[in-house]
Amino acid sequence: MNKIENINSAKIKERMAFSVLWIFTIMTVIFLVLIISHIIIKGLPHMSLSFLLEEPRKMGKAGGIFSVIISTFYIIILSVVFAAPIGIAASVYLTEYAKEGPVLSIIRFGTEALAGIPSIIYGLFGYSFFVVFLGLKYSILSGALTLTFMILPTIIRTSEEAIKAVPKSYREGSLALGATKLQTIRKIVIPSAMPGILTGLILGIGRVVGESAAVLYTAGSSLGVPDSIFRPGRTLSVHLFTLASEGLSMENTYATAVVLMALILIINFTANTLIRKIFITRRR
Amino acid sequence: MGNAKIIVKDTNLYYGDYHALKDISIDIYEKAVTALIGPSGCGKSTFLRCLNRMNDLIPNVKIMGEIQIAGVDLYEYDVILLRKKVGMVFQKPNPFPMSIYENVAYGPRIHGIKSKAVLDDIVEKSLREAALWDEVKDRLKYNALGLSGGQQQRLCIARTIAVEPEVLLMDEPTSALDPASTMKIEDLMENLKKQYTVIIVTHNMQQAGRISDYTAFFLNGEIIEYDRTEKLFYKPKDKRTEDYITGRFG
Repeated sequence: MNKIENINSAKIKERMAFSVLWIFTIMTVIFLVLIISHIIIKGLPHMSLSFLLEEPRKMGKAGGIFSVIISTFYIIILSVVFAAPIGIAASVYLTEYAKEGPVLSIIRFGTEALAGIPSIIYGLFGYSFFVVFLGLKYSILSGALTLTFMILPTIIRTSEEAIKAVPKSYREGSLALGATKLQTIRKIVIPSAMPGILTGLILGIGRVVGESAAVLYTAGSSLGVPDSIFRPGRTLSVHLFTLASEGLSMENTYATAVVLMALILIINFTANTLIRKIFITRRR
Repeated sequence: MGNAKIIVKDTNLYYGDYHALKDISIDIYEKAVTALIGPSGCGKSTFLRCLNRMNDLIPNVKIMGEIQIAGVDLYEYDVILLRKKVGMVFQKPNPFPMSIYENVAYGPRIHGIKSKAVLDDIVEKSLREAALWDEVKDRLKYNALGLSGGQQQRLCIARTIAVEPEVLLMDEPTSALDPASTMKIEDLMENLKKQYTVIIVTHNMQQAGRISDYTAFFLNGEIIEYDRTEKLFYKPKDKRTEDYITGRFG
């Protein structure tokens, strides 16, 4: 009798735990759907091809966001061009060459600490170092360099994990054929780790696109199309922040938010498809 | 007995303080299959990895003694040339995550062969020697990870012989394979020994008996007995060898 009661109470607990977990899971999904649908409902009616292709007028109160989109792409491309080689090289050094010891732990601690620094601090540093000290002024270049520092820890960490996950047997196989360590890294280790490395780059791009504070202080918020990387520019996030905080036009704020979300989605989706195309279907 | 391809004299190996190989002396004969048998942890794989200096990759390893391959001291070789001359096939098939063709062409490429026609020839010849050509000739561009375990291991053999080694080291090459694949690889060894000096580590005594010309019995880091395979199996001189091959321990 007692036994059966125990089993029943265990079953009830099991069911309760299941319900609680289920409710919390549904809650997160609901929040996500709420946020996205809110933005789409408010923003989509103001979206149009001309919004994407027209220059902003009256400080963004009217017109489109063409120059803002261009500045955003400039900053993305430039930060990736800077951060990818540095990040990959650093992670190769850390995983393949550096000997475990105090120096390595300090470097690891450093990259982890860098990842935790609030972006506004990067903005302040970028402003005083690139904008003022190096005299780069408010420019796409200052912004991209600042963001490079900001996304490097993410790229290094994910690349490190990806490189560590390459089976030792691949390295042994290559070395046993008479390959040097460098050949093995270049031709076996990095290609095998590429999906993971690219994931790190995408995470980095996500941070670049979403960042406003650090960019505002380094790339400025000029609305023109930058004709070189030494000119200032305004990214989507900065534009959104400015429009909303100055209450210029809520319609255009939401429409910008839709573009921002769509951009992140498109980047994630294409990158994932590319990774799958290149690295998974090849396995057949 | 044939010519000694590899001569090992009084070789000792330490992992830190652990004495893993004790006074190993052995002559390994050219164009024959030599099997290394013994219980787990007896040092047979460690010994095999001395011969292409794969133990160099492990920190805290100390090797003393004399090893000659084709008359030249092991440490006088440039390690890259040594590993080209002394190929290795591993316990678990480890093809690279690239196409079948690229796997075989990898070795020749890193040793400087660029011509597509030459590479094509090497790939075909190596795959034929590894008895894999007929199965994969129509899908050389496919990823090697899509092959079965047995095919992957034969691909690894093809990849190894593509750099034209003189010695083939095989570290339990069939222990991860099913019986049918094992048989194919054993048949293959019969052909391989016509061209190469083959040393195979195996846990499987029947396998050693079937495929090898010479057998060395390792125990606790020492070679207890080394002889022609049929002698070692039918008339072992040492009691411990007899106990091991009759299955009394191990």
